[in-house]
Amino acid sequence: MAGDGDHGGSAFNIHPMDQFRVEPLFGTGEVHWYTITNATLWMFLTVAAITLLMVVGTRGRALIPSRAQSAAEVVYGFVHKMVEDVAGREGAKYFPYIMTLFLFILFSNVLALLPTSFSTTSHIAVTGVLAVAVFVTVTAIGFIKHGPSFLKLFWVSSAPTVALRIILAVIEVISYFVRPVSHSIRLAGNLMAGHAVLKVFAGFAGALGLFSIIPILAIAGMYGLEVLVACIQAYVFAILTCVYLNDALHPGH
Amino acid sequence: MADPTPVVEAGAHGAESLGMEHIADAEVGMPQLDITMFPNLIFWLVISIVILFLILKRIALPRLNDVLSERSDAISNDLEMAQLYKRKAEEAEQAYNAALTKAREEAHRIGAAAKDEVNRELATLKAKADAEIAAKSAESEARIATIRDNAATSVEEVAKEVAAEIVSALLPGTSDQAAVDAAVSSRLKG
Repeated sequence: MAGDGDHGGSAFNIHPMDQFRVEPLFGTGEVHWYTITNATLWMFLTVAAITLLMVVGTRGRALIPSRAQSAAEVVYGFVHKMVEDVAGREGAKYFPYIMTLFLFILFSNVLALLPTSFSTTSHIAVTGVLAVAVFVTVTAIGFIKHGPSFLKLFWVSSAPTVALRIILAVIEVISYFVRPVSHSIRLAGNLMAGHAVLKVFAGFAGALGLFSIIPILAIAGMYGLEVLVACIQAYVFAILTCVYLNDALHPGH
Repeated sequence: MADPTPVVEAGAHGAESLGMEHIADAEVGMPQLDITMFPNLIFWLVISIVILFLILKRIALPRLNDVLSERSDAISNDLEMAQLYKRKAEEAEQAYNAALTKAREEAHRIGAAAKDEVNRELATLKAKADAEIAAKSAESEARIATIRDNAATSVEEVAKEVAAEIVSALLPGTSDQAAVDAAVSSRLKG
């Protein structure tokens, strides 16, 4: 330990961001767009885990459900109720899309909490694609359903004066276009920060000898918090999607 | 195991280099901001999401929808049946109560009729008995009256004979039966 200290602090050679590095799964070399990477592996594991719960778990189609079927039914009921409550009856049509997003993010977040795993949802490229897909889809639905009158979403007709309405319209337009940014960065940021902090504490634990009990306790606490964050962020992403969908289906204030 | 002191020193020493390395890392870049990785991430994300969407849309969600609606059907069906049975039970109870009331009325009616009949019979018998008693007493009275009459007549005859005897004993040869009879009769009438 003391010897490590001589090497210019190599005991504290913590690289909290290394866990997010995308690397080829087989061998080394350049990462092309088609290369199978650790990201590929964990995305597929996510899909496999969801399939295990939602398809294999429900294969009995039992009237009195098994544990797995019960869990699948709870998730189904939870998301279905959320879509109907937030986006209304017309929103139920888009339930499979929101279910896909919710399950993918939830399972990615939870699987990322396994040690040595790769957290796909901490990548802004991943969450960005999801958020932009939601943004584009929702905007398209708005214009298809309502045509130009969808723009009333930006015109606060309840404001008292025209000048105020113009100012509000500018604010509304800005906030509308900021949506995909906040939508994606919220998720990626939460995941990245939590995992980086875990890694930093783990680095301390490796360097403190007997006192490493302190960072280990901190890691245990952080881990519990991260489980909470993993579920809440998936929920937040899904419910915000429902809110945006509701805006598209029922524009106007 | 090293004693804590050098470790703390190492920690103090390391903290500086950590800060420097961190900055160096940031300059190398967060892996999240490495744009050369974006095509790979996006490509595999799209593939995963599409596969997941198809699995959910084609298999999982219809199946869960079926299971849940089947269950709610079964439950509402059972509730309906329970309602039906309850109604039947209530009807049976009502019928039972109605039958009970009817039977009670019938029993009451039969009892009353029996009582009436007994009363009527009793009255008839009583009347008959009264009539018999009255007839018997009338007959008895008649006989008593006859006996009394007979007794009176006998008394008169005896009185007349005794008077005639007395007259003939006191006054021989002057027996005038008719005169004695008349005298006795007038005396008896008082």
